[in-house]
Amino acid sequence: MLTRETTLNIALAAALLAVPLLALAMDEIFIITLATKVAILALAGVGLNIALGIGGLVSLGHAAFFGIGGYAMGILAAHAQNYEPILEAPFLIEGTNQMPIIWLVAIVASALAALVIGALSLRTSGVYFIMITLAFGQMLYYFAISWSAYGGEDGQSIWVRNEFPGLNTLDPIQFFLIAYVILCVVLVFSARLARSPFGLALAAARQSEERVMTVGLTPFHLRLVAFVISGAITGLAGALYADLNRFVSPTMLSWHTSGEIMVFVIIGGVGRLFGPVVGAAVFILLEHILGGFSEYWQIFLGLLLLLMVLFARGGLIGAIAGREVAHD
Amino acid sequence: MTDMTPVLKVEGISKSFGALKASDNVSLDLRPGEIHALIGPNGAGKSTLIKQISGSLKPDSGRIEVLGRDVTDLDTVARARLGLGRTFQISSLAMEFTVLQNVVLGALGARGRAFSFLRNVMKDKALLEPAQRALERVGLQDEAQRRTADLSHGQRRQLEVAVALTLQPKLFLMDEPMAGLGASGSKALTGFLDELRHEAPILLVEHDMDAVFALADRISVLVYGAVIATGTADEIRANAEVRRAYLGEEDAA
Amino acid sequence: MSIILILEQVLNGLQFGVMLFLMAAGLTLVFGVMGLINLAHGALYMVGAFAAAAVAGLTGSFLLALVASLAAAAAAGAIVEVAVIRRLYDRDHLDQVLATFALILIFSEGTRWIFGSFPLFLDVPDYLSGPVSLPGGIEYPLYRLTIIAIGLVVAAALFWLIARTRIGIQIRAGEADREMIAALGVDISRLYTLVFALGAALAGLAGALVGAIQSVQVGMGEPVLILAFVVIVIGGIGSIKGALVGAVLVGLTDTLGKVFLPQLFGLFMEPASATSVGASLASMLIYILMALVLLVRPSGLYGGSN
Repeated sequence: MLTRETTLNIALAAALLAVPLLALAMDEIFIITLATKVAILALAGVGLNIALGIGGLVSLGHAAFFGIGGYAMGILAAHAQNYEPILEAPFLIEGTNQMPIIWLVAIVASALAALVIGALSLRTSGVYFIMITLAFGQMLYYFAISWSAYGGEDGQSIWVRNEFPGLNTLDPIQFFLIAYVILCVVLVFSARLARSPFGLALAAARQSEERVMTVGLTPFHLRLVAFVISGAITGLAGALYADLNRFVSPTMLSWHTSGEIMVFVIIGGVGRLFGPVVGAAVFILLEHILGGFSEYWQIFLGLLLLLMVLFARGGLIGAIAGREVAHD
Repeated sequence: MTDMTPVLKVEGISKSFGALKASDNVSLDLRPGEIHALIGPNGAGKSTLIKQISGSLKPDSGRIEVLGRDVTDLDTVARARLGLGRTFQISSLAMEFTVLQNVVLGALGARGRAFSFLRNVMKDKALLEPAQRALERVGLQDEAQRRTADLSHGQRRQLEVAVALTLQPKLFLMDEPMAGLGASGSKALTGFLDELRHEAPILLVEHDMDAVFALADRISVLVYGAVIATGTADEIRANAEVRRAYLGEEDAA
Repeated sequence: MSIILILEQVLNGLQFGVMLFLMAAGLTLVFGVMGLINLAHGALYMVGAFAAAAVAGLTGSFLLALVASLAAAAAAGAIVEVAVIRRLYDRDHLDQVLATFALILIFSEGTRWIFGSFPLFLDVPDYLSGPVSLPGGIEYPLYRLTIIAIGLVVAAALFWLIARTRIGIQIRAGEADREMIAALGVDISRLYTLVFALGAALAGLAGALVGAIQSVQVGMGEPVLILAFVVIVIGGIGSIKGALVGAVLVGLTDTLGKVFLPQLFGLFMEPASATSVGASLASMLIYILMALVLLVRPSGLYGGSN
């Protein structure tokens, strides 16, 4: 039997697919692009949600992984379009415009960054952890600004979107479907992770560190692995996001981006599987509806967020589907 | 009782917080098959001692052995893996979990490998069976699907014991398992611990004196961080120093 | 590179550090006393700078501008504390992060709405501009020297306030035990508002002082906020002394690194790449410093157990 939340999740997944298909029928290309943006930002949020929702790790530095994914795309594609190898000695590394390779590089690079940042940050907890993840994110931001080889502050543009074998990625609906399928695969992975032995131990470490140690498991290891998986998914989202815009810049690494990814997760509901999907959709809708009224729409976003934090904890999914039932 | 190698051996550990001597050259041991109770007035340093034995607090000096192995420098996780099963005075259970999830976590810890990412942990028979068995043994089998936060205090203590059981430890370290149980629950748990000692010996910190004197093979009395006496229930009852420390304390209260 | 250049850069680093201290002091006090992580502290810095620029524009008086920065930031701090922040003391850190992030959005966009997107300028008054000659033949801008002096005076005053006054005793008691101090009959919510407003005023003052060197614009507080976080992570959360030491350390490391690292790399690299590698590394230097401190002392130089 399906729980209320599962029913809601299926409806949400169907809606995210239906909207761009309808838009295609009505020839509203812009809406397809918006839906693609929602899918990609949701993916970034799903990544954060593993650390934040299951593990309780308040990382304010996930823009680092989002940006690393973006730069993985930017660097590989820039070299491919200039026909200049990235490295000639000691061995040849060339750029590429093939999405699967770019994704793989983005995942590996952001996972490695998450391993290093996590290993340092997870030595601490609480407020220290928040500030330190924030600081490391900012470190990469300033590094990207001062790194002139790939555009420095101005960022790096790509002329043509990268390719996926057998598809035309320049066709908006096809690129949307790529992002959508990846999102669905990662959502399934994330759902299974939450119910896995690892998910159980990680969730236990969030609730009672002492308990986990007493049964002979090491919270640090659990959290570090969660942080790496989380960073890798957000990095993959970053590569897709850069491909959507055909552009990567230090803005992807800025702490506002970290804050926004966290906002997606919160609007939808922390620890809820589809929380980031709802959050990203609401965020993009607000940006376009409120943004149409006023150029200062972020005031309203701020007020909305403030009201949610103060009075409506549990997010939108919590409001609709009720308190989380313990999964069997 | 034959003299066998102790399962736990605490040798001369001391711990100070500033001027306060929380543990003062404490030595005690736990032998196979016994219940060794640790009693003492409030503030005697029982909790500090338990923390040092379980590994969450490092003694300033002294030595702790588990199964003949020096564990003084090992952390909580390593000591748990060596077979130290601890229950907490203030419940440390995962409150959002169901009762069953908490015991499955214990079984997972006993298995020692948590890095499995795709299988449904609550459908894993190798974890569920010991978990359910542990719940049955403490009498919580009917509460398996309840949220832990919704349990009574007494039930939480029972669950603490159940989680420790899933670890199949070589010794138990129990911090006031009777608290909040009520008369009948307390009696049931007393009977249960009486049998449990044959699986693994128990170092028992307990305020319920009826239970302590009914169960304990030996009793150590802790006052101001120091062990003032160790012996059988009768020896402790007859010990003048204990009577002074304890009865004096109780008269005042 | 001459000794004079080095000394000059040391003074620059000190000035930067002192300014960071003004930011970090408020943050660390608010965390130490109320257990709150406040991302919106940078917004108060911005409020101070805008208030100073506006008042200086109206009256032409720099001194009035500084007073305005203190008053406006303290008032904004007190209002925010009463309206929002005090609901967050009992919440977890995630809620605090989100709510104060929301406050940043509101403050930033609100300021943009009122003042527009173009930067404002706050001029250094005549009596503080121009260089002074220091012993050893160093010519150093009087204004920057003034910032250093103000910062040191504020630091001394803060130490005195915490160590010697009734309010300070209450603050220290509040850090130790909230219930205890409430039981002693101290009006704890008034104390919290006061501490928050004090921290805000210091941030506002820093904003105004820096506003006269750089431009006054929306978002100016955020880079400083993050540096202030680095400062208190290094110094240890809750410690004013740690904030001072950490701030000077970060100020010196950042300033000296930016000037000397490219030169250092120039010794064994061609100039163009030395400049770019040196600059890149210099931009990361304070974070590397933070990582090193964390490896040795996870709770900071002067932090107890967190």
